[in-house]
Parts: sequence; structure tokens; C-alpha cells
Amino acid sequence: MKLHEYQSKRVFAQYGVPIPNGEVATTPAQARAIAGKIGKPVVIKSQVLVGGRGKAGGIKLARTPDEAEEAAGHILGMDIKGLTVKQVLVDEAADIRSEIYLGAVLDRSARKVAIMASSEGGVEIEEVAAQTPEKIITVHAHPLLGMQGFQARQLAYGIGLPKEHISAFTRIALSLYQAFVESDASLAEINPLVINGDNQLQAVDGKILLDDSALPRQEQLAALRDPDEDSPTEAEARESGLSYIDLDGEIGCMVNGAGLAMATMDIIKLYGGNPANFLDIGGGAGADKVLAALRIILRDARVKAVLINIFGGITRCDEVANGIVEAITSLNVEVPIVVRMVGVNEDEGRQILAESNLPSANRLSEAVQMAVAAAKGEGA
Amino acid sequence: MSILVDNETRLLVQGITGSQGAFHAQQMIQYGTNVVAGAVPGRGGQWAVGNTPVFDTVHEAVGTTDANATIIFVPAAFAVDALLEAADAGVALIVCITENIPALDMARARAFIDSTDSLLIGPNCPGLISPGSAKVGIMAGHIHTPGNVGIVSRSGTLTYEVIYALTERGIGQSTAVGIGGDPIKGLNFLDVLQMFERDAGTEQVVLIGEIGGADEQVAADFIRTEMSKPVTAFIAGQTAPPGKRMGHAGAIISGGEGTAAEKIEALQDAGVAIARHPEEIADLAAKNI
Repeated sequence: MKLHEYQSKRVFAQYGVPIPNGEVATTPAQARAIAGKIGKPVVIKSQVLVGGRGKAGGIKLARTPDEAEEAAGHILGMDIKGLTVKQVLVDEAADIRSEIYLGAVLDRSARKVAIMASSEGGVEIEEVAAQTPEKIITVHAHPLLGMQGFQARQLAYGIGLPKEHISAFTRIALSLYQAFVESDASLAEINPLVINGDNQLQAVDGKILLDDSALPRQEQLAALRDPDEDSPTEAEARESGLSYIDLDGEIGCMVNGAGLAMATMDIIKLYGGNPANFLDIGGGAGADKVLAALRIILRDARVKAVLINIFGGITRCDEVANGIVEAITSLNVEVPIVVRMVGVNEDEGRQILAESNLPSANRLSEAVQMAVAAAKGEGA
Repeated sequence: MSILVDNETRLLVQGITGSQGAFHAQQMIQYGTNVVAGAVPGRGGQWAVGNTPVFDTVHEAVGTTDANATIIFVPAAFAVDALLEAADAGVALIVCITENIPALDMARARAFIDSTDSLLIGPNCPGLISPGSAKVGIMAGHIHTPGNVGIVSRSGTLTYEVIYALTERGIGQSTAVGIGGDPIKGLNFLDVLQMFERDAGTEQVVLIGEIGGADEQVAADFIRTEMSKPVTAFIAGQTAPPGKRMGHAGAIISGGEGTAAEKIEALQDAGVAIARHPEEIADLAAKNI
């Protein structure tokens, strides 16, 4: 789960990281009032969960409350990479002398949290990593000891920070690590961390990604979820216990298991089709989940054929077949459905499908070719 | 011959009285696995799944039954406690089926387990099977057949798909290890490849990877420099979009890293035959016989 910039910065502030004065507005009038209260030039920043807000025109400087109102009016309602801007952050504008990058990320190969700093702040860290990797200093916190002061100093000296900022930077780096661990983050980033006109360090932009597996114990953070992070369909699927992701193709897929679902998408592509979605019904799914999954797939008007691929184990083929038949009787199905099921209770499952005249295949490649042909109107 | 589990395996089932634990304990016993005990706090002294004794603690279970492997079916909130208990009790092999364990918890648990002699498989994995001798996992036993192809995979049902195709062609398996789909886990591709390389019962290996992380690249490095046995691979997620988590916590392309293309390239450079779809693995493996 992603947090917005303003949410991320508030988390950092709770751990003592200095952030600019600012508030969130949902109307131009509110933006004007906040700018008036701040009484200095402000930055109006769109709060959407995608990168590239600046390039899309979603960040504007405003010197007066009038300008703030105008800028907010322009940004609110704007479409950035398919997301509508519903709120803006009105932040006191920082007089930026220099920009630093500071981030913490779960390093899966080291099995530790990596804390990285760079003197090249304000640009994407991936870009720095690709072009000038020597400008990124990384330390790894021991999982049982946590980040140590000397490691924070290694970062500070490593990026060539002027002497007067070393201790403030060290405190901020340790705070960021603390925020990362206590929030169960998978990424926590301050970019840029600036040295401002008052010669102070300040977190001007922030980003936090949370570990979805830890959300049950992070109730306060979980409550910050922006429903726009997922499409309405993705959100509905999550509530039904399904893992679903929208794609652009014409073949709707329903599969048990994430790896098999990805592989099924790949094979569709291999045989000249395009998957409309990723959908994993999980292990042990019953008829009700199958029904929910098919309802979601069939609602997508782009779907020209549906491919169901079930490898029975904990999931029983007859249960799935019952769900499919139930879906076909209760939903208005206008596209061909190809079913491939193997494994536990496959004979019973196929029998149920045969009684409803649904085509089924034994081999995965055969089923995929049938679905691709059906989507092209070549008959299933 | 096989790796990690065989006829000598004496299995403990943690969470044996839960619905998943009881069901799979039964399935494993039916397959012929030597299930010697269960461990569930508060249920000590009872019997589960026929005549399996249940103990309150793992230490007690191990002390009484000499269990040398454990499989964990307890809910995510208690799973780390369960696997630390098993490591503390000195169980040689710990298999954790539970999914949705927070990654930072696994980082801490792994740091402790590394200080013991225990090996961990998982979490969020289907377990492992040495066909014909022991099944320590949730896979359907009947699709496997004994033989000399070693299998290591990050996925569950996709592995079944591959094994089904192998068995259909009469190609048997030495051991199939599901290492799990989480970013921080126990044994990785590299560890399992090293075991297969040493195992006299394994003549070739099938590796099933997916997007996310760089474990396949690490494996490729080992295959290129150290491995004498032929390897065939399939990487799932070639059509997956960046930034979206494909079900498994570890299956995500982030910051342009962890793509199927870069993994396939690394494996091809190491001389690994790449299958375009799971059934093709059986064709490629057949060439190595």
C-alpha cells in the first residue's frame, strides 16, 4: 500500500524529521486560506499516488494567496496518468540551497534494511544508480540491532555533507530508519532532503510504501488507504479475497496460484493473444469465489473470451466447476469460456462442465490456443 | 536418492489441530510420510489425525519423538514464534507454509535461524516432496513420480503444472522444493542448486522462477561457474506490468529491476535451456536423458 506525500511526511515528522509548514486542501478556497495563514510563498502539490507529478504540471509555485487559489483551481481535478487530483498539499516554499537523497528500502538479497544517501537529491534514485552509482552511499542495518549511529555518520560523511549538518543529518537518518521499521514499510524515502535558506535540513518530499502483510497490525496507517490506489475492480476483488490486476488485453483469465496465473498470461501472449487481467483465486477457493471472479472478469467490456486454468490441489475441480456453472446461469455471459482443469476431482469437474456444454481442454497450451482463437471470433 | 527429505524424515506438524494442519497431516500420512508428532500450545496430551501424539511445545515433541523436521500451519500472527521455537528446539529442517508474514519479521527470524543449525524453507511455500518417500507439504502427491530430475521453484501451482507435464512423459523427480514467493525467506535457489549438484540421485535440474528480486541471477552465476548438471528453466511474469504486485509478495517489478527478460538473459548466458511455457520444460528435460 502506498501513502501520499503529505501522509508520508507526517509520519516522518512524528519521528522528528523537520518538514515544511503545510496543510491539505480539497478546494481552491481552502488552498487560498492555507496560503494566507502561512503568509509566505507556497508550493501547491497534487496528491496522487503516481510519480512524475511535476512533469505533468501537478506542482506549482504561488507567491500570494490569490496565486495559490488559482494554482489549486488548475491542479484540482487534473488527470495525472489516469488519476484525478482530489487534494493538494499547500506547503511553505523552501529556499533550496542543495538537495540530498535519503531512503530506506528492504534489500531482499541482503535480507536487511538498506539505508541509502546521495548528494544527488531531487532526481529519481534509479537514475542516479544507473548513471553515477558511486554517488550513492549504502549501509545495511542489522535486523536484530537496528541502524547504528556510526552507520548514519557513514552516510553523512560519505555524501560529503558540510560539517555543520552532520549531526542533524544523522538524527534524520536514524529517524527515517525508525519510521521505516515501526511502520512496517518496504520503502521510505525523503527526496529531496534540502538544505534551505536558513541553513537547516528539511524533508521537502516524502514517500512511503507499506508491507501489505503487516497492515493488520498497522491499523492507523492502513486506515489512510486511498481507494484510488486500485481501480474499483481491483478493490472489489480484494474484498472478495481475490488477487486481481487490470491489464489491457482481450482474454479474461481466472487461475489458481500467482505463479500459474502469471505463466498463463505469458502463454496467452506466446500464442498471439493478450491477457485482460491477472486473477488469482488463491488456494482452496470455493464456488462463491469463482462466481465473484467471473462476475469481475465478465464486467470488462474488452473481454472477448475467458480462459479458466485450474490446477487442483487444495482447490477442488468440482467446486470450481460448480462455481462456473452457477456464474453462467446467474450472469449474462456473451463471450466464450474455455476451461482447463487438472488435478483433484478433475473427472467430477469435467462432468459438471460437460452437462452445461462448456468446452474444456486437458493441456494448458491447447486451452490457451482455443481461448485465443475464440477471442478472435474463430469459434471456441 | 533425494535432498532434504526421505525415508529417514521424522515429521512434526505445528498447528496439527487446525483445519489446514489436520487436513494436510492426514494427506502426508497417506502419502507415506512418517509423521511422528504434532505441536499445539494447550493441546498437549491429545491425539490428532488418528494416532499422532500432540505436545504443548516443540521441545517436548522433539525430546519425546526425535522429530528431525517440522511443517508449520499456524496463522501469520503466530508463525514467526512457531518457527523460532522450532529452531530453538534444534529441528534440522523447518518448512513454513503460512503466508502473509511481515517481511521485517522474517528478516529478524532469518537472522536468528542463521545462528542455529536449522534450515528453513518458506514461508509462503507449498513445501517439498521426494516422490515415493516423503511429502512435507501441501502439493497433490499423486502427480509426482520417483526419478532423477530435481525441481526448485518460487511458485506453487505452476510447479504442479511442470511436474504434471514431466510425469506424463514418464520423467520422474528426485525432490521438488517449493522455496516460496516471499521477498525474505529461508533456502533460496542457490542453496537448493548446491544440494542438487551434490546429490547422487539428481541428474538434472528444473528451475522455476518469476519476476521480482535477483535470486535467479544469483542462481545463474552459480550454474555458470560451478554446476555440472544440466538446468532447464521457466520464468513466469514475462507479460507482467511494472509496479504491480502479482499476488506473491515478492513478485513485483520495481524500479525497472526484477524483470523476466533480465532473468532469462542471465540464465541463458549460464547455458540454461529456457522453456517458453511450462509444458515445454518436459520436452527440454527429455533431451537431457
